[in-house]
Amino acid sequence: MAVLVYAETQANKIKKASLECVYYGNKVAQILGTECVALILGNADNAGSLGEYGASKVIQISNESLNDFDSSVYTSVITQVADKVGADTVIVAHSSTGKSLLGRLSAKMKAGSVSGVVGLPNMEKGFTVDKSVFSGKAIASFLVKSDKRVLSLSGNSFKPEVIGAEVAIESMEVEIPASMIKVIEVKREEGTVPLPEAELVVSAGRGMKAPENWGIIEELATVLGATTACSRPVADIGWRPHHEHVGQTGVAIKPNLYIAAGISGAIQHLAGVNNSKVIVVINKDPEAPFFKAADYGVEADLFDVVPKLTAALKEFKAGL
Amino acid sequence: MKILVCISKTPETTAKISFTEGNSQFNKDGVQYIMNPYDEWYALVRALELKEANGGTVTVLNVGDSTNDIIIRKGLALGADDAVRIDTEALSAYQTAAQIAAYAGDKAYDMIFLGKESIDYNGSEVGGLLAEMLDLPFVSFVSNLEIAGETSTVSRDIEGGVEVSEVTGPFVLSAAKGLAEQRIANMKGIMMSKRKPLTVVPPADVLNPVEVVAYALPEGKSGVKMIDPDNMAELVRLLHEEAKVI
Repeated sequence: MAVLVYAETQANKIKKASLECVYYGNKVAQILGTECVALILGNADNAGSLGEYGASKVIQISNESLNDFDSSVYTSVITQVADKVGADTVIVAHSSTGKSLLGRLSAKMKAGSVSGVVGLPNMEKGFTVDKSVFSGKAIASFLVKSDKRVLSLSGNSFKPEVIGAEVAIESMEVEIPASMIKVIEVKREEGTVPLPEAELVVSAGRGMKAPENWGIIEELATVLGATTACSRPVADIGWRPHHEHVGQTGVAIKPNLYIAAGISGAIQHLAGVNNSKVIVVINKDPEAPFFKAADYGVEADLFDVVPKLTAALKEFKAGL
Repeated sequence: MKILVCISKTPETTAKISFTEGNSQFNKDGVQYIMNPYDEWYALVRALELKEANGGTVTVLNVGDSTNDIIIRKGLALGADDAVRIDTEALSAYQTAAQIAAYAGDKAYDMIFLGKESIDYNGSEVGGLLAEMLDLPFVSFVSNLEIAGETSTVSRDIEGGVEVSEVTGPFVLSAAKGLAEQRIANMKGIMMSKRKPLTVVPPADVLNPVEVVAYALPEGKSGVKMIDPDNMAELVRLLHEEAKVI
């Protein structure tokens, strides 16, 4: 028996979400009385460092045909490795890649799946884990009845800590099936933390009045080290890029801090952000529904208060 | 071109969520149901656009009991040619996908569309399950799809950007915002939907490996603390010392 964690990489770096998965996988393995094995597909700097986050073994399979993602090919390889190491539990990140793998892995392994898990399993009545449902409006406990199970771990649910030491990287022989999908191009915003992984997010909406006013939001985000986001209306009218849209139909996020300026807080917006640990709302309308979901509120004109917040943060950072 | 669109029924976005029987069952009382927006606005509408441009048929499929017929009729009113309902209440994504796979396995669909997730269980699992069960390529979170002959070009939403890929032959697609624009059914569509065939098929005998055993409501916010707009240093202090997020 073992817990197998598939660790994603991007530009040869292991993704933060995957460090969380390895750390979580180690905890799950302890509960199940087994070990946590990490798997890397393709190239990665420092793959052995996954040992520090709780992997007792790191397997790396480098092959050119694994450079581009195809859920079918990856599923085949991951399940071959799971069989060889005797894994009955497979964990992936709740990312675009992880979510694309989860169902396939579940079908291939005849294993129950739970997507977007937020906590450790409770074994009292069988393997039971919690996830957020109804777009953040409730939490459900899922009982997995099959002998095997696959989970995707919701980002920012566990803070990975160094709990072990670097381990040697092992390789493994697997059959790699031909891909039916050809990746032509990947267009990605470089240099910023992608929204689903971001711990700090600064977001703005229609209250900004025009796209050219976003400078104050970007400056606040830069000083804070945060990723920028936006509400649906401003993405729809093209003021901000589509991938910045958080909410029901956009990206669902779970940062430690979500600062929303000039967003009223419609239920569709809240559905994407209500799992944020701390919410700060800046709005000049005291009736804005968002204040009800906030931890801290500032009732003021954002054009006045956002630069003041940026200045206060600069002062705070200078004093650290 | 023969397209299957899988649609599910979800509580509408603003529905009040509560539970019964010792928090073990979702309380359906007074809840309005809709077609899952990702299935309707993006998956179904793009399928209809492809049919309008290239000919072919669009079939909508739902797994559920007869209370779902109202949303299935909506799919027909929007322009689907026919509908299938697999007559069982599925308890998990696995069960749903296995039912669809059992039905669709020998029907030779060129494409199978569904939304990227349902807005109730937010699982994103059925697409991948179905693709694996039918041994088809799976393109997920698709915000753009163009078809030229045998080759389909898709844009997939990935963290902080998009990935453009080509896929040849039949595939399963999960639809994200951007793939199409929401349509409203017109009176003619609604009238015609009543005469379009809705076939009810018995469920296959499939595995159910997962079930929900308990629900809980998240801890509510303890109330908003209002900060003086002229004292942003105080907000920074609270974020650092009280909330400990910076």
